[in-house]
Formats: sequence, structure tokens, C-alpha cells
Amino acid sequence: MKIIVCVKQVPDTNEVRIDPVKGTLIRDGVPSILNPDDGNALEAALQIKDADPDTEVAVLTMGPPQAAHMLRECLAMGADTAYLLSDRVFGGADTCATSTTLAAGIRKAGGADLIFAGRQAIDGDTAQVGPQVAQRLGISVVTYVQKSHLEKGKAVVQRQLEDGYEVIEVETPCLLTAVKELNSPRYMSVGGIVDACGKEITVWDHNAVGLDPSDCGLNASPTQVFRSFTPPPKGKGEMLGGNVQEMCSTLVSRLREKHYI
Amino acid sequence: MYFTEQHELVRKLAGDFAEKELTKEILDQVEETETFPEEILGKMANAGFVGIKVPKEYGGQGADARSYVLVMEEIARVSGVASIYVSSPNSLSGGPFLLSGTEEQKKKYLTPVVRGEKKVCFALTEPGAGSDAGGMTTAAEKDGDDYILNGRKTFITMAPLADWAVVYAKTDRTKGTKGISAFVVDMKLPGVSCGKPENKMGVIGCATSDIILDNVRVSGEDMLGEEGKGFINAMKTLDTGRLGVAAQSIGVARGALDEAIRYAKERKQFGRRIADFQAISFMIADMATKLEAAKNMVYKAAYLMDTHQDASMAASMAKYYASEVCNEIAAKAVQIHGGYGFIKDYKVERMYRDCRVFTIYEGTSQVQQMVIAGKLLKK
Repeated sequence: MKIIVCVKQVPDTNEVRIDPVKGTLIRDGVPSILNPDDGNALEAALQIKDADPDTEVAVLTMGPPQAAHMLRECLAMGADTAYLLSDRVFGGADTCATSTTLAAGIRKAGGADLIFAGRQAIDGDTAQVGPQVAQRLGISVVTYVQKSHLEKGKAVVQRQLEDGYEVIEVETPCLLTAVKELNSPRYMSVGGIVDACGKEITVWDHNAVGLDPSDCGLNASPTQVFRSFTPPPKGKGEMLGGNVQEMCSTLVSRLREKHYI
Repeated sequence: MYFTEQHELVRKLAGDFAEKELTKEILDQVEETETFPEEILGKMANAGFVGIKVPKEYGGQGADARSYVLVMEEIARVSGVASIYVSSPNSLSGGPFLLSGTEEQKKKYLTPVVRGEKKVCFALTEPGAGSDAGGMTTAAEKDGDDYILNGRKTFITMAPLADWAVVYAKTDRTKGTKGISAFVVDMKLPGVSCGKPENKMGVIGCATSDIILDNVRVSGEDMLGEEGKGFINAMKTLDTGRLGVAAQSIGVARGALDEAIRYAKERKQFGRRIADFQAISFMIADMATKLEAAKNMVYKAAYLMDTHQDASMAASMAKYYASEVCNEIAAKAVQIHGGYGFIKDYKVERMYRDCRVFTIYEGTSQVQQMVIAGKLLKK
């Protein structure tokens, strides 16, 4: 079985600040990390490989050359191969153009029986790329996957809802987007790092994946950003003390005071 | 300057691990119960921290001395005692096998150790033979194909937890250090017992005790290396061990400096942050400068080892300097914390106690001075 995991290198948003004048992210000196949900996606693929060592796990990303560092990290966690889609013409891509490029990369890599992606990236929070890649490839997608297992020719998954979950059976090949509840990503290992540093990372430009520059990057991105701003911080919360009954009665009286109930 | 992408990833792995796994709750519990959770030791083994330099064919990770130094530094930054569980299999327990073990001994003993399944302790020191290890009295007398061991080893890190011990004993009392041989002793053999775990000042959570050998019959197959070559084996093992303590020292020093900086920025006296007082800020500048110097010495020693250059003096200098400045930095970190630094709720209290042994074990500062001076004055 072959699994491709779509991953993204993102700035660690715990350390990102927004320029109050320009409204843009200040990325200087901010460490780049593997997008957290993508870590869950990779872990799901690696767990399938743990159970069936014949499984091949590849990681794929679109990004600048330095994204190779994150791919190396994925290899050190246990991925077998890594592909980096990197080209000046991929720059400035919105989710639409990104999905086109990733789908082209997946085709070039020979397709997969199963594709995992994170639910969304912490720098954009769109949650659009996974479903769009599936659309480009003409395969089914299930988003917000919090539990999954494979059966013959299909995946059986729990899809997270706000107040519960639904169980979906989906034919493979398909694309699943992972939420953090799916698993806990493993650490790299020292030996895994040693091996990963001996592996080649395949780098493809637009020619390699058969895309015209007009289908890539800024040229193919209909999204227009009009303004970005920092939302005002929320007021400080208040922790109620006492036992459950005391907390309930305090809560009810506070809500009454504010005429919410 | 000394590091590659591989080393950056190793640092990231060990740093993330330490932050996520070695939480304040866990470390408080370790101090209280004086035991280290097996669950975390298992995770450390899975991350490959226990067999960093050991070749993959023996179940190790196949990395290098720089990777070892970085793991030690990052783990010790958060917990001194956790770093002992990294250093032990990598240096004192693993070293004797890597240096002198037969193929069979490496597979039988080293592999389960670096997989985290078994523990080995290094039994050299005796009540009357510390820095002068050659003055040991533990004896091994040949009896057919076996040896009968008698004697007492002291301050043996991890002895009460160990499955096996590498014991150094005299097979020939007439030859001084050339009469010392090394043996692998199963801790369950008849006649082997451990003393009461020592009540230590720091690095609590990794038991240290005596090992008593009372007519212990050890098979001749469990002699490690050639007869009479035990002392060389021990000294070479300690050579690599120095690097581990040096790395541990820069780790704890970094932890203490981080805490001191954080506290100096938070604490207010006389209407301003104490960091705004020159007395405090200059102390922090000194701490950071000395730490930087120590780090470079440790990294250089590791780099020399990895590039197969003579690292003996560099490792002694690194161990000597890093352990001394670590004590100085930790003491200043306590000073900056004022009364709170004397209270166990603050991390610097533990760091101050933990690092005290760094200038003592695996060759005291004075022994390192002897090694350094000896090399300089020999010519």
C-alpha cells in the first residue's frame, strides 16, 4: 500500500506577532515547524506502516527550498520518501493554486492508495487545501477524521462534529484530513535522524509536474486579501471555585445578572 | 560551526522531548519518591537516547559524539537526573563493551542495554580507591575456568537498578594497574548484594549504592577484554565519560541561566524590575559569557572525537571548565532568586544541588587538572 501525506511548513504561531501598522505577519526570527495537524496525518500513516511494514509512506509539500528541513523531520519520524514542490512560480499561491500544484505532485509521484492531510494549517486556518486536492484528483474526501481504520478497499472513519461524530465508510483511494484527536504524533528518533540525513529529497519544479506557469502561484490565485487586522483580545476569563453545585449556582446568577437567561 | 542539519534535528528532538515529557509534576514526583518513572525511560529509549553512538548493528542509533552532547545538554537543561539515564548507557555502561567486548558480549549485553531493556552499572570506585582507581583491592582469583570475586565497590550509580555490573578487579596483585581485569557480573549471582542506596544531595531519582562481592563465581567467558587490560579499559571509558558530564554541565547551566533571566525580569523591588539593577544584570552577563565559553569547549571536544582527532585534553578541559562554571552559574541563579532560590518550589534550588557532583564524579576537577597539566608538561 502506498500512502502520501501532504504536509506544510508553518511559522510557529505561538511566537508570531502581527505588524500593527501593515497588518502582516512578522516572520523574522520565528521558527518554522511542521504544521501540527499534519503531524497527526503523518502519524496515522505511520501507524498503518507499523502494522503492515510493506506500506510505503511518502510526504509531499509545496514550499521554498528551506521546507526540506521539515521534510527531513518527517523522514526522521519514519516516512520513506519525501517530495518538495519548489519553484519561484509556485510563490504567492492561495489554496486554489496550492491544491492544483499538490495534486500535480501526487500524480507525478504515481498516485496513492490513501492520502492524508492535516485538517488545516495554523498560519491560514482555511481547511480548504485537503478537500480541493481530492477534488482535483477526483477522489472522495472525508474531513475532520478523529479515528480511522482500513478494511478491504475502504476506510472506516469517525468524522468529528461539533457535538459528536459520524461514522463514514469511504472507498479507497480517498483523502482524509486529520484532527489532533486522531493520535499523538511520535517523536523522531536519533537513529531515524541519522537515516533521514542520508536520504535524498526529490525536488520538482512546475515543468517536472507538468504544470503551466499560468496554473501556478499568484497567477492562478483568485483570492484577494483586502485587509488583515489583529482582532481585539478577549477579556480575561474568570474561573469559578467551589464544588459543582456552588459553581453551577454562581454561574446561573452571573448569567442572570447579565440577562443572558 | 560544529554542527550539521543532523545535529540541529537531534537538538530539536531532545529539546521537544524534555519540554513535553519532563514536566514539573513529573520532576517533583521523582524528587519525592526518589525513583524515575519507567514509562519515561521507555520513551527515552524509543527516541534513541540510550544508544546514541552505538552502531546500528548492536541496536544503537549510529550517531556521533556531537549528537550525544546535544541530547545530554537538552535533557539536562530540564532535568539533571534524567540526563544520567542518558549518559550511563552511552558512556560508562556501554563504553567498556564497545571498547573491549567480543562480538558475542556486545550482542548479549550491549544490545539489550541500548534498547532500554536492561541496565548496566560501572563498578570501579572503592571505599579506599577513588581518584586513585589503581589502588583497588577487589580481587578475582582464578578457579578452573571461572573467577571468584571478592571485594566492595562504592558510589556505584544505578547499582540497585542494574541487571549487570562491569566490575574491575585485580587478577594479579603484584602488577599494580596492569593486574586489573574487567568482568561482567550478573547482579543476581549468588554472593552479589547492594548496600543501602545513598542519601544524596542531588540528582535524586537514580539510586547509588555499594556493591558487595562475596565469593562470587563468574565464568571466564564474562571477562571483558584481555586479562590485565581492565585499567586501560576503565580509563578509556572515563575519557568519553568526561564529555557526557561536560554536556550535562552546560545543560544545567543553561537551565539555571534561563530561570535567572526570567525571574530577574519578573521580580520587582524598589519600584523596578531587579533586571534593571546593574548588580543583577552584570551577574547575568557574566553567567551567559561563561556558559558560551563552556559550550564551545564542549562542542569542540565532541567535534574532535567525531573527526578522529586527539580529544583527550579537550575533553578534560571541557569537563573541568563546564562543571566549575555550571556550579558558579547555578549559585548565581539562586542568588538572583533571593530567598525564593532557597525554596524547593523554584527550579534553581534543585539545579544548584544537582550540579554539585559535576565537579566530582567521572574525574574530579583536580584529576582533570592533573590530566591537562600532565599533557602540557610531558614534552
